[in-house]
Amino acid sequence: MGLTIKRLAHQILENISQENTTVIIGIQPRGIFLSDKIVATINTIIHPATIQYGKLDITFYRDDVRSGLHVANKTDINFDIENKRVVLVDDVLWTGRTIRAALDALLDFGRPAKVELCVLIDRRFNRELPIQPDYTGRAIDTLVSEKVKVNWKEMNEVDEVILIQ
Amino acid sequence: MKLSTKHLLGIKDLTKEDIQLILSTAINFKEVLQRPVKKVPSLRDVTIVNLFYENSTRTRISFELAEKRLSADTINFTVSGSSAAKGETLLDTVNNILSMKVDMVVMRHNASGAPHFLAKHIPAAIVNAGDGINEHPTQALLDAYSMQEKFGNIEGLKVAIIGDILHSRVALSNIYLLQKMGAEVIVCGPPTLIPTYITEALGVKVEYNIKKALQWCDVANVLRIQLERQNQPLFSSLREYNLAFGINKKLLDSLHKEIVIMHPGPINRGVELDSDVADGPYSIILNQVENGVAVRMAVLYLLANREQ
Repeated sequence: MGLTIKRLAHQILENISQENTTVIIGIQPRGIFLSDKIVATINTIIHPATIQYGKLDITFYRDDVRSGLHVANKTDINFDIENKRVVLVDDVLWTGRTIRAALDALLDFGRPAKVELCVLIDRRFNRELPIQPDYTGRAIDTLVSEKVKVNWKEMNEVDEVILIQ
Repeated sequence: MKLSTKHLLGIKDLTKEDIQLILSTAINFKEVLQRPVKKVPSLRDVTIVNLFYENSTRTRISFELAEKRLSADTINFTVSGSSAAKGETLLDTVNNILSMKVDMVVMRHNASGAPHFLAKHIPAAIVNAGDGINEHPTQALLDAYSMQEKFGNIEGLKVAIIGDILHSRVALSNIYLLQKMGAEVIVCGPPTLIPTYITEALGVKVEYNIKKALQWCDVANVLRIQLERQNQPLFSSLREYNLAFGINKKLLDSLHKEIVIMHPGPINRGVELDSDVADGPYSIILNQVENGVAVRMAVLYLLANREQ
């Protein structure tokens, strides 16, 4: 997994342009583990090591609020995203609904020049909205009945991706 | 995680976990209120009626702002200019409004227990915005939020509630909440304005000396003298009340310690608080008002999101 994260960080760096500053925004709660690592990797490569990094909680923007209570996490974006290149980071892309909510939430902070999506796992089937990643750790084919879970050392003692039948 | 209750009728019905959930959700909404677009789409399919049978500035504006910041549709009802003045009963009024597809009711009423009565008869979720001399739960929640923001923790905090305890729904809600969260509470005021059940039923200590009360506490929550609820005089004059229980800078300076001054508003300047205290560095009165919107957003969000 370490190699994959390094590759994602390099791919994001490759596309840095002179016109727009790049910022990274991780999606709460589980996208943060990946975005923390990507930002740490990027900061070891660039000088000065100062890529702007924020965290976005999408709870209040969900389209399924009425189907149960979702507890909110912290949003922390203490910089302006106006005219910047924003790379959204999440662990698993599946139906696309989280990213839809994240785009809505993001646009309330300003008008970025460009928004890109970086995910560790792309579950290619059963997308419910026209959303595709720009940077993918690994694309996998799964059944609707299966669950994909990404575990991180910080939470579950080991970095791993597991498929639950 | 969800609230244990369908309505917010009073702090009395909430568990400690409910209170913690509301306060932690309010932290997220306070962050929303700092954004360039201070609005989230969470309740855009919810319609809320604000039923105000009693005067209000802060609470009504605060609820209405909270509803709008959550993208809910709102309607306002005040008793003057409505059919209640023509003799329509509360239940009829509310049923008529609900038949126009309203999901939640925020209600202030001069009769204690009015929201509890409604909760028994209508399907919509009810938020009590103050009922008579019973409870004002969102005020107690925003007071708690403000204390938590200032001190980091409510548990172990020493809070003195000062003034007209007898007629104050703010006092009762605050006492319930602070006791559930593990704070120490005393009340202070003239004996005629302190009900006997305070000690007997709630186990709250009473202190009649304002200086001793202030010396003991970390936070003084100062209440307004509610002359509109006093049919017979319960103390000689406002001037005498000010001399015995009014808080001024000289009194605070004589304590040789810092305490936080809170007030639910509206302030009667020169009666319970002098201007040099109300506008002074120890006062967090305007922070309370600011936090009120975030706390009410949390309450409405959590009540609207019950699983169906």
